Amino acid sequence: MTLTDPVNSAQNDPAHTGGKLKLVSHVNAINWNKIQDDKDLEVWNRLVNNFWLPEKVPLSNDIQSWNTLTPEEQTLTMRVFTGLTLLDTIQGTVGAVSLIPDSITPHEEAVYTNIAFMESVHAKSYSSIFSTLCSTKDIDDAFRWSVENPNLQKKASIVMEYYQGDSPLKRKVASTLLESFLFYSGFYLPMYWSSRAKLTNTADLIRLIIRDEAVHGYYIGYKFQKGLEKVTQEERDDIKDYTFSLLYELYDNEVQYTQDLYDGVGLTEDVKKFLHYNANKALMNLGYEAMFPKTVTDVNPAILSALSPNADENHDFFSGSGSSYVIGKAVSTEDEDWDF
Amino acid sequence: MTNLVYFSSVSGNTARFIEKLGRPADRIPLFAKDEPLVASEPFVLVLPTYGGGDGNGAVPKQVIRFLNDERNRSLIRGVIGAGNTNFGTGYCLAADIIAAKCHVPPLYRFEVFGTPDDVNAVNEGLDAFWSTQQLLTAV
Repeated sequence: MTLTDPVNSAQNDPAHTGGKLKLVSHVNAINWNKIQDDKDLEVWNRLVNNFWLPEKVPLSNDIQSWNTLTPEEQTLTMRVFTGLTLLDTIQGTVGAVSLIPDSITPHEEAVYTNIAFMESVHAKSYSSIFSTLCSTKDIDDAFRWSVENPNLQKKASIVMEYYQGDSPLKRKVASTLLESFLFYSGFYLPMYWSSRAKLTNTADLIRLIIRDEAVHGYYIGYKFQKGLEKVTQEERDDIKDYTFSLLYELYDNEVQYTQDLYDGVGLTEDVKKFLHYNANKALMNLGYEAMFPKTVTDVNPAILSALSPNADENHDFFSGSGSSYVIGKAVSTEDEDWDF
Repeated sequence: MTNLVYFSSVSGNTARFIEKLGRPADRIPLFAKDEPLVASEPFVLVLPTYGGGDGNGAVPKQVIRFLNDERNRSLIRGVIGAGNTNFGTGYCLAADIIAAKCHVPPLYRFEVFGTPDDVNAVNEGLDAFWSTQQLLTAV
């Protein structure tokens, strides 16, 4: 083997039978002092400031709580986490990397490398949870389940297929739907446990993942919209049709997957509301109007407040119980108050 | 001058929400070289928080610059926040920080660029809010 004979070249890898692995054809030294799109620097800084590692989360404090779950609940939790591991692995190894060649700016390429690495951190963090809470045999069983469950495998193969397609904008759609929609059948469960004061440290870790995915979905969706500005109306219409049909396809499968997991504990309908709620936000990240009406997106308030303590709309004035605020009392502040 | 002032980054989600409201509104300029906005009437401020974190840098520097102008700070009457609950504790954080610092109520929060329900709630809420304000001023 020589230096010009890479181990993972496309022609050697049966996973790339759809074509050669696409790489950026030309690279210039990246100059961070000359920014074409401020959003690249802003998101890079945000991602760097949000950086974390699973080792910083005291997962072992959940061992006692884990032991209060029934065997069925433990199995469910492990399956959910192997499902999430698979998605993060895809996004780290294929998804985020597949977006690099389509970048408009060199800084966008750098942001995708950051996203790809963080997805690998997420995938690894589930293994930290497993090694802290579970036996080797149970871990092996859960990973075997992830290979054998048809709906999980179908979800993975649908997305993988789109990543290997030849349209940059369609890849961004698939990526945003993965980041902002497909994770949520899984994210529901740790939020549910957290709302019942169970596995709270695990939930802290999952919230870090959710926060990262939200930034990723926002950024990729933004770049998608920038790209959409440059194509004809006909292409825009085509991509919109494509987005909604991909969402329907994924949604149908997601409902099946949710039933596989949650029917046994009676939570399927609650999870579906969470799916609708997040599907709407995935669409909005792509610039499309929300699709699911309010009647099917009324997520259990306990889940919402597990997700974000600020999500409780009741402390807003327009929503009813804001009467304790004094209206119109504008108190002046000193300039230095704003020096954060 | 209008009764609605907003900040929106180049991704334009908040601008899109304002557009859907269909009310006159002034945008806080994005770039330092732009002419600063000066309010002349009481206003409600709409602004996003994107990305979470510990609160540092949650309020965009353009908004800080706008509120550092005493003429603007004295006319703010309420704040509306935009964001995403998936940002966790960072959800609409900038609106909360401004509400606390300026002693004005957080009026509403919505996600990304808002659903049609959000648009209705904010339009109705603002109408009611400003009529109450006028009554208070008249007293």
